[in-house]
Amino acid sequence: MSSLVETGLALLVVVPMVGATLPLALSLVRDQVGWATATVVLAVEAALAARVAYALVLEGGRVVHVLGGETFGRTNREVGGESTEGFAVGIELVGDALSGLVVALVAGVALGVLAFARRGGPRTNAFYSGYLLLTGGLMGVALTGDLFNLFVFLEISGLATYALVASGRSPTSAVAALKYLVLGTTGASMYLVGVGYLFLRTGALNMVDVSRTLAGSVDLPGLEGALYGDPLVVAAFGFVAVGLATKAALFPLHTWQPDAYAEAPDTVTVYISALASTAAAYALARVTWFVFTPAFFDFGPANRRVLEFLLALATVSVLVGSALAAMQPRIKRMLAYSSVAQFGLIVIGIGVAVHPAAGEQATRFAVYGVGIHLVGHAVIKSGLFATAAALAADTGARRVQEYAGLARRRPFLAGGMATLAFGLVGVPPTVGFLGKWYIALAAVEARHWPLVAVVFLSTVLSLLYVARVLERLYFSGSPETATESSGEIAGSPGETGDAVAADGGDGTDGVVATGGASTGMVALALTAAVLTVGLGFTGAELSTALDPVVEAVTDAAPSTEVSR
Amino acid sequence: MIEAFATRYSYVLFAALLVLGLYMVVTSSNLVKKVVGLNLFQTGIFLFFVTTAFVDGGRSPVVPAEAGPGEVFASPLGQVIVLTAIVVGVALTAVALALIVRIYDEYGTLDEETLREVRTDE
Repeated sequence: MSSLVETGLALLVVVPMVGATLPLALSLVRDQVGWATATVVLAVEAALAARVAYALVLEGGRVVHVLGGETFGRTNREVGGESTEGFAVGIELVGDALSGLVVALVAGVALGVLAFARRGGPRTNAFYSGYLLLTGGLMGVALTGDLFNLFVFLEISGLATYALVASGRSPTSAVAALKYLVLGTTGASMYLVGVGYLFLRTGALNMVDVSRTLAGSVDLPGLEGALYGDPLVVAAFGFVAVGLATKAALFPLHTWQPDAYAEAPDTVTVYISALASTAAAYALARVTWFVFTPAFFDFGPANRRVLEFLLALATVSVLVGSALAAMQPRIKRMLAYSSVAQFGLIVIGIGVAVHPAAGEQATRFAVYGVGIHLVGHAVIKSGLFATAAALAADTGARRVQEYAGLARRRPFLAGGMATLAFGLVGVPPTVGFLGKWYIALAAVEARHWPLVAVVFLSTVLSLLYVARVLERLYFSGSPETATESSGEIAGSPGETGDAVAADGGDGTDGVVATGGASTGMVALALTAAVLTVGLGFTGAELSTALDPVVEAVTDAAPSTEVSR
Repeated sequence: MIEAFATRYSYVLFAALLVLGLYMVVTSSNLVKKVVGLNLFQTGIFLFFVTTAFVDGGRSPVVPAEAGPGEVFASPLGQVIVLTAIVVGVALTAVALALIVRIYDEYGTLDEETLREVRTDE
């Protein structure tokens, strides 16, 4: 484990943050340099992320970077007759396999979406400043090992997201952004209240230290045994869970999400659909697994009930999200509601991993499921939004109705959409199948039958809305679009080699002003489709890579018998 | 109960501000008032952190190596957190107000109900 990886943790956050100032500064010199600047910065970022993620995911291990140099870090001193117990001073950045996956995902998506933004997105320099800021914030969320620092990074990425959502020309995007801002801030503040309660009880903010103190495994004055039963700590989990669930858009707290996804410019939708909720769900997983640990939920009836409540929320989220998705006439809204359902599934995985009924095997499968589905869903959903946006740019179709017969005119985009949609449903061999399969297995192992039912039902329910789109695409004639015939040339099934170029280049349908989907848009959509299938074959590698995380979760459960 | 109100009044105030702020965010249909509610909500949290950082008889947190066992030091972390959180809050308010200005320019209203009617008419 080289020092490059250790420094890399800090650089991953710093590079896009500093880079974010460049487009604004350069706009003093000339306009429209934002895209080029962002590409350079994110290419550096992606190279860095590849190195760090390689070390974290494939070589395994846990890397810690203490910010601020030698003054800070963990020391064991005697102060006033009391030992400092090795508590961390300052902020730590921590990388492990789970954060390695998220780091790779963030860097990959950020760079990939730029290909889409070349033609599709707002072109102002300020937009790219926000874009880079968001990337930096998300990296921070993935890497921080400090509870309060997590709040700051959540808010940085939140602020950047609100600005990006509002960067559309239509006034509706401002309304959607404000709604997102109000709910997102409330959620983040709830999280802060939870952190405040934890801080009050443990006197620490570092995740490891809070976890140790909660478990009662440090020798501090006024601390006897585990703090798991303390009402303040249970309330803290409640606040943290509700706050992060708002950000991840679980059912009753999801109302900001369809508006934000549907009204934002296409580029932004592709980006935030992959990462905004993912970062929040990742944060929830990290706090639930490593700060509160399975022992917390095993402690008493109240603790268990809090977890059951979260699982119930997730269950409702899966069911209602799917149902609402099936009712949406507009593609972007449908995909947005489907995210509500998919994140319900991920939260089910997060909850099952620490459920008292879950043995080691159930925890193992749940961790695999959450890790894989976080990445898989991000790839699938951003791919679907990219495909939908490319189709809209090409043909003007933004409603399910208007998709009738599009498969014949845009075979490659339609094929990509079909692949991604099957990934969303969870058809093997896609990555969507892997994630759902592991989460279902975890629920079975934990013998939590209602959850098992919900996970399998979710597959059927997602078919409900996915089938509607595919049926339109492939099996219905095109009554509404019959007048537009120019697309037929590009879409005749005989052309194989250059049909991709035709898909991208041919924008003569004249419905939209943007002038058709660019090669970058189509490339991104198809890359996502290929990745969806490709990642599906890496199940063994991904799960092996997540093994250290599993061990960390199970080991983090200190024997409660001793501490009680 | 009464004793708690008398001695822990700032915690009571924290809870009150939190609930009031949230109530404003939920019920008020005026967008600016929503943002004010959000600010109240956050101020409640700031108050909570500042309160926890206040230690009766606590000394400033410059701890000498030979400190006696009975001495009490106040943790500086609470204040630092609040400073950071205030900065975050100010940034959020600025973005929120910028969005509201844009909404007002476009629709000529700050009222959520009117806004909804205007948008369904379109």
